Amino acid sequence: MLRLFTVATILAAFGLAGATAQAQPKQGGSMVVTYKDDISTFDPAIGYDWQNWSMIKSLFDGLMDYKPGTTELIPDLAESYTISPDGLTYNFKLRKDVVFHNGRGLTSADIKYSIERSVNPETQSPGQGFFWQIAGYEAMVSGEAKELSGITTPDDYTVIINLSQPDATFLHIVAINFAFAVPREEIDKYGLDFGRNPVGTGAYKMTEWLLGQRVVFERNVDYFRKGSPYLDKITFEVGQDPSVSLLRLKRGEVDVLGDPIPSANFLQEKNDPANADLIVEGGLLHTGYITMNTTEPPFDNKLVRQAINMAINKERVIKIVNGRASIANQPLPPAMPSYDPNYTGYAYDPAKAKQLLAEAGYPNGFETELYTMNTDPNPRIAQSFQQDLKAIGITAEIKSLAQATVIDAGGQGTAPMLWSGGMAWIADYPDPSNFYGPILGCGGAVPGGWNWAKYCNEEIDALAAKADGMASTDQVEARLELWRQIYNKIMDDAPWVPVMNEVRFAMHSARIGGEDTLFADPIHIPVHYEYVYAKDVQ
Amino acid sequence: MLRFLAGRLLQSAFILLGVTIITFGLLFLIPADPVRMIAGRSATPETVESIRRQLGLDQPIPVQYARYLGNLVQGDMGRSYIQKARVSELIASRLPATLQLMAAAIFLQLLIGLPAGIFASTRRNRPPDKTVMLLSFVGISAPQFVVGLLLIYVFAYKLELFPLGGYGTIWHVVLPALTLGVTIAGWYSRMSRSSMIDVLRQDYIRTARAKGVPEYRVVLVHALRNAILPIIAMIGIDIGLYAQGIVVVEAVFGWPGIGQLAWLAIQRLDIPIIMGVTLVAAVGIVLGNLLADIATSLIDPRVRHS
Repeated sequence: MLRLFTVATILAAFGLAGATAQAQPKQGGSMVVTYKDDISTFDPAIGYDWQNWSMIKSLFDGLMDYKPGTTELIPDLAESYTISPDGLTYNFKLRKDVVFHNGRGLTSADIKYSIERSVNPETQSPGQGFFWQIAGYEAMVSGEAKELSGITTPDDYTVIINLSQPDATFLHIVAINFAFAVPREEIDKYGLDFGRNPVGTGAYKMTEWLLGQRVVFERNVDYFRKGSPYLDKITFEVGQDPSVSLLRLKRGEVDVLGDPIPSANFLQEKNDPANADLIVEGGLLHTGYITMNTTEPPFDNKLVRQAINMAINKERVIKIVNGRASIANQPLPPAMPSYDPNYTGYAYDPAKAKQLLAEAGYPNGFETELYTMNTDPNPRIAQSFQQDLKAIGITAEIKSLAQATVIDAGGQGTAPMLWSGGMAWIADYPDPSNFYGPILGCGGAVPGGWNWAKYCNEEIDALAAKADGMASTDQVEARLELWRQIYNKIMDDAPWVPVMNEVRFAMHSARIGGEDTLFADPIHIPVHYEYVYAKDVQ
Repeated sequence: MLRFLAGRLLQSAFILLGVTIITFGLLFLIPADPVRMIAGRSATPETVESIRRQLGLDQPIPVQYARYLGNLVQGDMGRSYIQKARVSELIASRLPATLQLMAAAIFLQLLIGLPAGIFASTRRNRPPDKTVMLLSFVGISAPQFVVGLLLIYVFAYKLELFPLGGYGTIWHVVLPALTLGVTIAGWYSRMSRSSMIDVLRQDYIRTARAKGVPEYRVVLVHALRNAILPIIAMIGIDIGLYAQGIVVVEAVFGWPGIGQLAWLAIQRLDIPIIMGVTLVAAVGIVLGNLLADIATSLIDPRVRHS
């Protein structure tokens, strides 16, 4: 259930450069995708888990989107846009050929309504906070205003958004699901049941939802990108055990496994030469880390935190997860802009760690607690950490608990050490700032916040604010460089031990074709529904 | 008979009221804040408080309970925190599948368990008895997800006799019902064996044998009619036993019942669904016991007159 969400980041080099050189695939055919869990909702203002995140992207559209397989922003419902020199005013011109699945044409009022709906406290949208920079946000959140004064619509195809302060990430914000266009008349008609009766402008429309059994998407013949999508029909079969789904895929009843390949079968399937073309490896915008509560002894001592960074054997963790991850040495994952490939971090060196610990005044170590989520492989990973800590004299008691309980302990600051496995941060959009504010910034270091290290460095907070104010296009490189410095400074303070970056292996049938990036796209999990095609109709 | 029935009904009503207090208590026993789960990672403390107000979770507990009970009486179990859909609708859409599976499983476990137990009781302490008891022990002990996956692998994947999970036709129900049936039949064979052994020792059985009634009639007519009483009571209690098994079996076979709904809700901390499913399961158990009581009293006059 953890809200895993993320955005395309595979570099353009892998991307559609190759695909566009070939002839465009023919439309037609269908595919079957299986999931263990039923889908929670298709309401773009509500849906916030890794399963519905990419399905909602196929049903709805926003002002901006990403070029498939890249982190490059492109206009989507917007035809073009301009940004004022002070970075405070965004002017979007809308396409005129966009119609909702109910046949009505899209206008600027729909964009205004949809963003306001996510901000409206009555909607209870988990995405509300993303729109903090729009003028009038505070008034609407507090209930004083019924709309956002910062969004105006001078004509049917123009949307002007005024910000209260420059925000370099704002184009990502209007590309996020919570800003997707929804038709007001359908919300009025269905109310809270809109999530089960979605009407959008997207490449697919939902035609059937049998609770607990299946959801059917059919191609939207009026979709504004002509020639797209390729498949006529996608059937999502839910409630399917992943091991059984794997058997069904082998028999040809299923085309794509929505869930990861089950651990028990993983190595066998991956090493089977018959699967060479069917299993695709892709990065996620994910980092798994250990947090140390920087407000309580002994972890309020920087030397102790640095010592622990040197004590953890990350190679062993990679083995525990069957190689489905790579070693991390900084908070940002490699696919994220501002990742520093030259940063070497803290090398594994237990002797040096023990020395640092002595310097910090703990020559004989200490006793502490390590919280972890109780589902495999996390307790095994925690045991591996426990062994590493023992080697430098620290006795860590493992608290293996349910996810919600661990998140609560982290938020309340009662967990001295916490392994983030199963609950780790996956970026909402491909920008380095998204890995800072809630999980490393002072804003997240409040009771119930996601900054489990309770790390708050005012100097770094000021630098982060400065970086996100660098909104003009000629500052892009300087901004990314500043973020790189910010993360290096953070690692100097060592509130976390970055341990690994997860790698996803997606499995599909031989019948379904498309560039490998479409099957490993970190935003569109498990596959990019709009661009894969059926080989049997080519 | 009417007085007996009225007494039992009144008793059931009180039990159900107690159950509502317990399910309502779930809201406070769960060691995490559901509002924070709804609000998501980017929410400010103000947003969290506003959602708490809208859900009425800031009210005093007795007020919350009164509102919960009031809505419940009108058939309103609230809306899911995550899916926003009506809990009553979610449960109603999945209940038929669960009932189907339960009916099929009860049928299969009786079909397997009863004859096995009766057969064992007539050959007490001899090899056939020992074999049956050993098998039922294996059945009771085997984890249901292992039995389920094994049945799928052999009968659906290798032999291709049944579909690989799913829901719809009579063929889909066989393997999940068999998984529940095989693992629970063990209880029934042990139970019917010991019950039969008790009865077969009675004087009237000796009398029947002495006057030359054929052995099959002694066992199946004279003895079974008395031995069946505890088994009927057991079926009533069994519905509770299913509450655990059904979650596992539904997950393995992709059976769209309330077990899956509950499992998903637990993972997502979707408390209204957890409360709803718990309540429905409790009603099922109470109803099952009530039906078993009524059936027993119909078969055995001693029960309704005492």
